[in-house]
Amino acid sequence: MATRIVAAPGKIRSKNNSLVWLSAASLVVFFIIWYGLVESGIISKALLSPPAEVLTTFISKFSNRAPDGATLGAHFKTSLTLALTGYITAVVVGAPLGLLMGWYKKVDSIVKPIFEVIRPIPPIAWIPLAILWFGIGLPAKAFIIWLSAFVPSVINSYAGIKLTEPVLINMSRTFGATNWETFLRVGVPSALAMVFTGLRLSLSSAWMTLVAAELLAATEGLGYMIQMGRTLARPDVIIVGMLTIGLTGAAMAFILERFEGKLAPWRRS
Amino acid sequence: MEARNIDVKSEISCQHLYKSFPGMDGNVTEVLKDVNLSVAKNEFLVILGPGQCGKTTLLNIMAGLDSSDSGEILLNDVPVSGPNPNLGLVFQRMALMPWKTVMGNVSMGLKFRGVSKKEREEKARYFINLVGLSGFEKSYPYQLSGGMKQRVGIARAYCSDPEVLLMDEPFGALDAQTRYMMEEEILRIWEKAKRTVVFVTNNIEEAIYLGDRIVLLSRCPATVKAVYPIDLARPRQFTDSRFLEVRQKIADNTDLAL
Ligand SMILES: Nc1ncnc2c1ncn2[C@@H]1O[C@H](COP(=O)(O)OP(=O)(O)O)[C@@H](O)[C@H]1O
Ligand SMILES: [Mg+2]
Repeated sequence: MATRIVAAPGKIRSKNNSLVWLSAASLVVFFIIWYGLVESGIISKALLSPPAEVLTTFISKFSNRAPDGATLGAHFKTSLTLALTGYITAVVVGAPLGLLMGWYKKVDSIVKPIFEVIRPIPPIAWIPLAILWFGIGLPAKAFIIWLSAFVPSVINSYAGIKLTEPVLINMSRTFGATNWETFLRVGVPSALAMVFTGLRLSLSSAWMTLVAAELLAATEGLGYMIQMGRTLARPDVIIVGMLTIGLTGAAMAFILERFEGKLAPWRRS
Repeated sequence: MEARNIDVKSEISCQHLYKSFPGMDGNVTEVLKDVNLSVAKNEFLVILGPGQCGKTTLLNIMAGLDSSDSGEILLNDVPVSGPNPNLGLVFQRMALMPWKTVMGNVSMGLKFRGVSKKEREEKARYFINLVGLSGFEKSYPYQLSGGMKQRVGIARAYCSDPEVLLMDEPFGALDAQTRYMMEEEILRIWEKAKRTVVFVTNNIEEAIYLGDRIVLLSRCPATVKAVYPIDLARPRQFTDSRFLEVRQKIADNTDLAL
């Protein structure tokens, strides 16, 4: 593009390279400190496993059910299914609801009072009621995750569409667009960035709540695996569970970001 | 007030417009006070007035986006009661949709009217070409300079084929150089695709350079102070002695900071 300012590619690459090196170095230092603390005996091996042992456990857990009763893959699959069930149903309802509330005053007046009361209740506080209603199976946990993902997706979509530039709304009105058309063609696209922020916050909220839910009541899942690790005094199992949770969360955020880039090519990177 | 009769009947006119806004302290600010003006078909009318005098308010009312407290707008003798496809608006702030390409922005008016994709792209391409943006159809607004963005705004207003184009300080946000260029451009475009234009500005040179007539507004509350027909041949020269004469005449009658 004639008007696009393009920096010399070589410069960008070398700058990126040095940043990658910095990240790698930081990881290396982290592992060295971890290794040093355990091997020197500053922290007992009963409390923190050395990095190598965690790696061995990680690899063996792919096929080994011991000591917590299921392979890492099985735990992972249970957790992911649960999280995605709660998350997807939450954002499919939450984002459109937030957009409608932000655009139509009537919808806002109807939903706002209920929403404002539910919003400050931490999702975990729903656990007792959820167990009472649904037992300890998937529905109870999915319900809690649904709540935790629902709130951020509503709030951010709501705030996003409220920020629609009035001049763009007027623009569309001069073309004779109805309010509904303006909502769809102007309000929604202009709110998209904030909707995605909501989707990202919802995802991390869902993932965190999942672990909390599984800590309390489960027979399988990453949260359950961590809990079993504590019961069996196996810090390596705990850390493998935690790392899997962390890596999965990061991977999901990354995928979502990629998806956003595809959907919103007009946004400057 | 100098009211020269125009032999062509007026296409759009404002009749005794009044408008006030409720202020923060409970007082009302009177913004328009008995504004009367009429614009002939294919005339290039410039409304000249100081900042904050009510120019945008007036144009929004003419475009049907806002309503006056009393008085009316007549478009071909029919009162304007809301947005009308025959009234196109070019905004002071360019108001392009950041998520749409140049093509998408220019053709959006036709899309709202349900024109088929093929037909609206064909038409949009014509006006994109007219404003000199061929080759930029697929660019997004963030990739364009200020002058280019305003060209898109002009093409967009033209594309839905309104009878009257209302332009609200379209070049106000541009640097001086680009502004001169766009002033030439807008006349070139207007000569090629004649429409009735109501062009708002606070810049006296711009007004004289462009207008068939200039309507001078007073400070807030805005009312029509004088109307000046500009009989200079185009293209006009800023340094021409007759240009400067007109400028002096108008300047003597304004409280614009000059
Ligand atoms: N929606 C509104 N509510 C209250 N005051 C307004 C509103 N729109 C404009 N005004 C006031 O009316 C006056 C004229 O504004 P405007 O028409 O934007 O002037 P101009 O376009 O000539 O700079 C200003 O004092 C402004 O504060
Ligand atoms: Mg203005």
